[in-house]
Amino acid sequence: MKLRDLAHGRAGDKGDVSNISVIARDPADFAWIARHVTAERVKRHFGAMVTGEVRRHELPQLGALNFVLHGALGGGVTRSLALDPHGKSLSSSLLEMEIPPPPPRG
Amino acid sequence: MRRIRIGAGAGFSGDRIEPAVELAEQAGLDYLVFECLAERTIALAQQARLKDPEAGFDPWLEERIEGVLPASLARGTRIVTNAGAANPEAAARRVAALARRLGAPGLRVAFVIGDDVMAALRGSDLPLLDRPGTVADIAPAMISANAYLGVGPIVGALREGADVVVTGRVADPALFLAPMVHEFGWPEDDWHRLGQGTVVGHLLECTGQLTGGYFADPGRMDVPDLARLGFPFADVAEDGSAVLGKAPGSGGELSPRTCTEQLLYEVHDPAAYLQPDVAADFTGVLFRALGADRVAVEGGTGRPRTETLKVTIGYRDGFIGEGQISYAGTGAVARARLAMDIVAERLRLAGIEVAELRRDVIGVDSVLRGEPGPADEPRDVRARIAGRTSTLRAAQRIGREVEALWLNGPSGGGGATWSAREVIAAASVLLPRSRIQAGFAFVGA
Repeated sequence: MKLRDLAHGRAGDKGDVSNISVIARDPADFAWIARHVTAERVKRHFGAMVTGEVRRHELPQLGALNFVLHGALGGGVTRSLALDPHGKSLSSSLLEMEIPPPPPRG
Repeated sequence: MRRIRIGAGAGFSGDRIEPAVELAEQAGLDYLVFECLAERTIALAQQARLKDPEAGFDPWLEERIEGVLPASLARGTRIVTNAGAANPEAAARRVAALARRLGAPGLRVAFVIGDDVMAALRGSDLPLLDRPGTVADIAPAMISANAYLGVGPIVGALREGADVVVTGRVADPALFLAPMVHEFGWPEDDWHRLGQGTVVGHLLECTGQLTGGYFADPGRMDVPDLARLGFPFADVAEDGSAVLGKAPGSGGELSPRTCTEQLLYEVHDPAAYLQPDVAADFTGVLFRALGADRVAVEGGTGRPRTETLKVTIGYRDGFIGEGQISYAGTGAVARARLAMDIVAERLRLAGIEVAELRRDVIGVDSVLRGEPGPADEPRDVRARIAGRTSTLRAAQRIGREVEALWLNGPSGGGGATWSAREVIAAASVLLPRSRIQAGFAFVGA
């Protein structure tokens, strides 16, 4: 299934750094999401689009992860050649990630 | 416990004005804040000021203030805004003149000074954040340099009776934190309450992004009456906890899920959200739905502020030329790619120096890359080619080569457009607080 089926999120920009939140729609799915959506997987998902490191911060009480992607905005919002220089659409891209469906809850 | 109500009237310069008027008229605000400055806005405003000493502030300032002033005067709502951009003093004079025209000659308008640190950066070799190099590398191209100020000068102006405070660069959450500090007398080292107040300010600073804007996804995340999206306010208590609400009868959604998205917006480490007044910690924040469009927020805290302030430098950074042209039907993607290869080759043959050239097929890979697209070829696509150059003429040549595809490119190209512009880029440095002297003054004083 797609991450989009379990989570929602929003991308923000500062300089050449993008941050993308991933928030469980149902808090019960948070642990499953956190297990499968790691910083390494996010880095792989974006491939050459992200030139620097990816860090993950966790806010379990909000069912949220926050990914910080360095070198993700083509040199920075104000000088990027991209059509979406802020990388606003990166959240939609991340939510396309395929993850296994969570096990049924008893 | 005493509470004050602070409303959010703008989250960026281009924000909608009607919801701010609605909020001012319907919500019974004590304070109304307009946040209007993006990263490079001041550099653009500074260029305007160099041409006209009375210019250099937000182009919508007067329209915004005119819209909310009658309700604000009737209720005693005080206004705080960073719409002063590169010229807070001229902006404040405009507000005072507007108030006189609207029959409120006694309105006390203050402006904040000291965020402009161009002089302090002369001869500096401070390292740039997020990229190699120092201030010295971009000094010749520098247009503006502004420190993100904290609450100090705004609190001072409010204490002396300002009805309207106009600033240049101030940290966005501090525009909201200042009224709290003023009203509740929070000491400047009360890290816990400054941290919690920063949480509230951060939630409010993007207006509709808290109340269901930038959230809807039909069939998955539906938001009622998004066309009439209402702006938010916070009822902040003396201990820094708050209850969020939005304009009565407006559209949108205010819920723990919309609040969580906004809490993390443009945040890196949620345990250390560095602000001029405090290092705020969002990791313990909790949202509790209290009913329709009412959400309690608590659990934020903070730690001592850092010894430096962030400074954003605006500088000239060459030119970008761009052109687009559409292709449709079978083979559209292949024709779009051929068109862009041709343009790249013609630029090379003509000896045009292009530092970086980007090719997009809009509809296929213009915003998302590195992952498979849809299996079926789109019915139509748009080729887009953009390049970085050191002269305007070279940037224009990129666009002209795209336009020339009309007669000299692949079959069926249509709707060619192009543009060329100077790039005003933003870079950041950290400047010791001791180098910054911030203050305020009143119009007519």
